[in-house]
Amino acid sequence: MTQENIIMAEERQATWRERHQSTIRQLRLYAHTYSRNASAMLGLAIVALFFFVALFGPLFVPYPEDATGAIHLDNKLQPPSWEHWFGTDEVGADVFTRVIVGARVTLHISLFVTVVAMLIGVPLGIAAGYHGGRIGQVIMRLTDVFLSVPALILAIAIVGSMGPGVQNAIIALALAWWPGYVRLVQSKALSIRSAIYVDAARTMGASNFRIIFVHILPNCASPIIVKASMDMGMSILGIASLGFLGLGAQPPYPEWGAMISTGRNYLPDWWWYSFFPGISIFITVLGFNLVGDGLRDVLDPRGRK
Amino acid sequence: MLLFTAKKFLIMVGTLFALLAITFTISHVAPGDPAALAAGPDATEEMIQQIREEFGLDKPLPVQFLIYVGGVLQGDFGTSIHTGREVVSDLARFFPATLELVLFSILFAIAIAVPIGVISAVRQNTITDHTLRLFSVAGVGLPMFWLGLMLQLFFALKLGWFPLGGRLGLLTDPPTTITGLYIIDSLLTLNFTTLLESLHHIVLPAVALCFPALASIARVNRAEMLEVLSQDYIVNAKAQGLSKFRIVAIYALRNAMLPTMAMIGLRFGWMLGGTVLVESVFNWPGVGLYAVEAAVASDFEPIVAVTVLLGFMFMLANLAIDIVYGILDPRVRGANI
Amino acid sequence: MSQPIIEIRNYSLNFWTFDGVYHALDDVNLTVEKGQSLGIVGETGCGKSVTVRNILGLLPSPPAEVVSGEILYDGKDLLKALPAEMHRIRGIEIAMIFQDPMTYLNPVFTVGRQLVDVVLAHNRARGQGEKISRKDAETRAIEMLNKVRLPNAEKQMSNYPHQLSGGMRQRVLIAMALIGRPKLLIADEPTTALDVTIQAQILELIAELVEELNLSVMMITHDLGVVAKSCDRVAVMYAGKVVETGTVAQVFDHPAHPYTQGLLRSIPHPEKNVSVLEGIPGFLPNLLDPPAGCRFAERCPRALDICRKVTPVGNPLAGGHVASCHLAEELEAASA
Repeated sequence: MTQENIIMAEERQATWRERHQSTIRQLRLYAHTYSRNASAMLGLAIVALFFFVALFGPLFVPYPEDATGAIHLDNKLQPPSWEHWFGTDEVGADVFTRVIVGARVTLHISLFVTVVAMLIGVPLGIAAGYHGGRIGQVIMRLTDVFLSVPALILAIAIVGSMGPGVQNAIIALALAWWPGYVRLVQSKALSIRSAIYVDAARTMGASNFRIIFVHILPNCASPIIVKASMDMGMSILGIASLGFLGLGAQPPYPEWGAMISTGRNYLPDWWWYSFFPGISIFITVLGFNLVGDGLRDVLDPRGRK
Repeated sequence: MLLFTAKKFLIMVGTLFALLAITFTISHVAPGDPAALAAGPDATEEMIQQIREEFGLDKPLPVQFLIYVGGVLQGDFGTSIHTGREVVSDLARFFPATLELVLFSILFAIAIAVPIGVISAVRQNTITDHTLRLFSVAGVGLPMFWLGLMLQLFFALKLGWFPLGGRLGLLTDPPTTITGLYIIDSLLTLNFTTLLESLHHIVLPAVALCFPALASIARVNRAEMLEVLSQDYIVNAKAQGLSKFRIVAIYALRNAMLPTMAMIGLRFGWMLGGTVLVESVFNWPGVGLYAVEAAVASDFEPIVAVTVLLGFMFMLANLAIDIVYGILDPRVRGANI
Repeated sequence: MSQPIIEIRNYSLNFWTFDGVYHALDDVNLTVEKGQSLGIVGETGCGKSVTVRNILGLLPSPPAEVVSGEILYDGKDLLKALPAEMHRIRGIEIAMIFQDPMTYLNPVFTVGRQLVDVVLAHNRARGQGEKISRKDAETRAIEMLNKVRLPNAEKQMSNYPHQLSGGMRQRVLIAMALIGRPKLLIADEPTTALDVTIQAQILELIAELVEELNLSVMMITHDLGVVAKSCDRVAVMYAGKVVETGTVAQVFDHPAHPYTQGLLRSIPHPEKNVSVLEGIPGFLPNLLDPPAGCRFAERCPRALDICRKVTPVGNPLAGGHVASCHLAEELEAASA
């Protein structure tokens, strides 16, 4: 490389830095603010651990066959020990194994519910907020109706009519979850629609498509990210709740809520059976909430100095 | 104010009707076959068909809906297949228990959460704040049903301080029915033994039910207090020599309560959903337990009715919050809507 | 020479921010004598408001941190005062009115309630004599609202702030500040947020009340005209430092600091006919990392080598006129 080239390369880099200086500083500030927040970092650690366990845990569990309904009656309801860290259940299956495999099940379900709810809710919200008019009104009225009843009740109603089962429970939760996104995105899109810079873009001939993707979506991104993070936690609670009520996953499917549902019959003497799945739900949901909370602190300029 | 309330009421009726339509549709287009379930596993196709005809399930959906709405307008929500009784009489029996539990819990949550929020905000970044925040953050993630089980395990089974479940002991007669809420009825009839006993029974379920709501109300209240405490009018109040107590407990809290009210309304909805779980854990004979039993049996008329009933309660609560909001915030009063 | 009512000595203050320590105030010295009014002028961000806010302990700490200095009121250092002592000072000895009347009144309480609360708080803090009743406090409030010439004072008592115009709210805030009969009034840009016509009315009102109640005043503003009209002395601030103080006549007629000269040149003058107004080129120095020497050197048309190395100290000139510039004498003489 010649001297000149090096100089040019350096110049190019300088201009790139310069152009993105504010973005870089912004991101650094985000990272800094986030990492300064101890509880947010704790949340991040929990979520990271959860993803790790969900992705790789099932490969290392001590008794893989116990996750799918193996029976060792001679070994039933053993308290926690070196062989069975979380004890065993009423058919002698290792609770630790089932909790770990349950993490994967939980991740699958909660991701699915959150993503589907977003895929339904965000476009509807943009349509209602940006487009407005009669269609917007119809969408918002419908959203209001769905929001007028607690999501869990709605999910129970849906499962109740489709019949209990894990598939139906997932569909029910996704159907009960989307209206929140519509509200969120609609109000944001509505306020951005009339912002001066959007007017300016429109005067310069930007298409609706461009305005939606360049101006509206990026501006809705932070509240959506925060809500999605919270909703991961909430949908974990939701699916476990349905499982607990006997409307979701059915035993011996290794789902945390369903495990608690069976385990409650063995209280108080065999407490570990329902204790460990419960504490797993608690910690995981807590993690997602802390992350969502931390992200909100970072992304919400109101709370920042 | 009257007009405002009337308008809200009309919107509410409309929403309820739409909710009825939606749940009805969902329950009728869903793949489950209630007639087959009701007829039992050994039923022949003819028997199922007969049940279908009996419940009007063979007619086209819009017709079924019209018949259903006609019934609802006359106070007939159909018949529960699994209890074999009229849904309305079931609701009348179970609803007061749910109402009592939910009201008790939300009042309990507000009474604890608001002081927590205020103290956390005033003592921002101290040990007190961190402890209270940890407590409230943890609360949001707690699965209610599991918390209920653990409370049962510890306080009922291990320590024996509280009963395991139910609204009253087996040997106690319920108080004379006035409102159906045992606490209020026993107070009204001066029946203090029953009052104590019903309070004793409601503590654990109420704690389990209100904990997540309590946590998030406290969090919002803390955040809003912090926001309000940095406002100019607080600086001014300080400069004019108002005492710290008055500034925090009156000047700031009144402003911070506005957004907190919205959160209370939202969390009341969670609680209504949560009753289903808590009632199942504590065997609390309310509509939640009733709905779950119906859902397991794919008995859809009770489900539709409970959904609409809880939706109605949620809307009533939000209406109440709007009214309180108007009282607290002069800028809203008489201004818009 | 009369007695000082308040004396700020060697006052330095930092803010802790994400980007580092912001040296907001550096060795500020200011004095107001009894019955006098001092105008503090300077551009946005020069530290005017910060200087006066902590007199009543209104800056949250952190991020604010007092590095050195004292604020003496009646010989007592307010920076070290206990909370109980501050209670007997706020609104009773020293009162303050603020910039934006829109945000300084609590939106959810009536005007009357807020005034009455202040009266009752003062009564409690004074702690002597019998307690006054709510009714009496209300009478005091209405009296005071009449004094600030708020139309329909009695009726306004039951109104909420959002029902009042900006000028009316500022009158309410003035009434609130003066209801405790303070001796020193701090006015932090009291007219900046108001319409021009209202500004004149409010200034006139303040001037009248100062006269009537025999107040000492610290008036912060960036409007030199206001200072010329209503103050005895003036302090010019630049980048967290007081660069020049003196009587209004001394500073405005014989400015001895290049910054003051620049400021004066940048306002339109009815008698001089100029087609283009002069500004001061350049920007405020970055106070996260203040330059060595004089903080104005970068923008100063007269800057010498020494200015970038040695921080100028207050250079006393004739009659209590002080300028922090190495060239003060020369400049004063030249501007005569």
